[in-house]
Amino acid sequence: MNTESLGTIFLNAALVNNFVLAYFLGICPFLGVSGKMETATKMGGAVTFVMIISSMCAYGIHSLLVAINAPFLQLISYIVVIASTVQLVEMFIKKISPALFKSLGIFLPLITTNCAILAVALFQTSKGYGFLQSVVYSLGAGAGFMLALVLIAGIREQLNFAEVPSISKGTALTLFIAGILSLCFMGFAGLGA
Amino acid sequence: MSSDKQKVTSTDEFIKGLWRDNPVFVQVLGMCPTLAVTNTAENAFAMGLATAFVLLMSNILVSLLRNFVPKQVRIASYILIIATFVTVTDYAIQAISVELHKSLGAFISLIVVNCLILSRAEAFASKNTVGRSILDALGMGLGFTFALFCLGAVREILGNGSIFNMPIFPEGYQSWIVMILPAGGFFTLAAWLLVINKVQTRKAKS
Repeated sequence: MNTESLGTIFLNAALVNNFVLAYFLGICPFLGVSGKMETATKMGGAVTFVMIISSMCAYGIHSLLVAINAPFLQLISYIVVIASTVQLVEMFIKKISPALFKSLGIFLPLITTNCAILAVALFQTSKGYGFLQSVVYSLGAGAGFMLALVLIAGIREQLNFAEVPSISKGTALTLFIAGILSLCFMGFAGLGA
Repeated sequence: MSSDKQKVTSTDEFIKGLWRDNPVFVQVLGMCPTLAVTNTAENAFAMGLATAFVLLMSNILVSLLRNFVPKQVRIASYILIIATFVTVTDYAIQAISVELHKSLGAFISLIVVNCLILSRAEAFASKNTVGRSILDALGMGLGFTFALFCLGAVREILGNGSIFNMPIFPEGYQSWIVMILPAGGFFTLAAWLLVINKVQTRKAKS
């Protein structure tokens, strides 16, 4: 059982060990949908929501698997839970906002293969967090993901007006910005510890 | 004639993953492990091989089952197949080298959500014969390993002054710590992409 306080867990997940900039998790949507501020915010929201639900489920599944002594099923059951949550969110968004559904496009079903979500479930298990700690951890991870996405979307929107060498257009440029942001986030090191 | 054509394209199936459609440098797939575990050449190499193995096995199985899996549940079944092989790989690495398992950490389990594997299952293995799927998986897997190795080697040489844990610089080399840190991963990949883009544009011109 882990005894870290809830505040520490949140700060750690959101800033010090930011999932995108320190752990490199969820890079695909990070590169894919960070072109516009609006999509970035909504994508962040959807991912956070899936994270929280799947983290709660993962806590239950883990206790169950420990009870029946079958840890090798962990990975498979986690991914099934995540896939079904994503399906649920997808139907929900399609119903209430078809426009948002369109703008997220292929990246919505791809939340299933967003490593950040599976990583939250795996990390909370390996760190031995309790139920409340797990929820706060997933909330922090989601907030951190959204923060990184919004920051880079803001920078990329401005960069549309800048002149860059032709070979650095696209992914390479985004990666350079991400690198610089990652350096900035190192300034948070030691904050939550 | 037709067998001749078949032969050419089968080799092409294998070659394309290595360079022309390289999963990392050209398609920009499977970024998370690419950046996270490439701080040393050894980790990068091991990760590349583990991913290639899962890719190969899942491509074979998906291709074998392609006529039996209903269209509606195909993604879910692919994910289950992949997750099974990843669990096998996870336990195998633990058995071979506990140290390696420790340094790769959760990223072995995270092979499940490597977009590269799912995209090959969906885009290739579910539509092609077993033989071609194997060639495709081998090409893509080796291409992925090669790309990871390129990143890992640069980061280890600059960040640690060594390659495969063997020091290559004379005493007193001031290592670039930043290359080992997360930021270095972003910079190295960005730099490689610049090189590839440069080569491609030069080729297009001539």
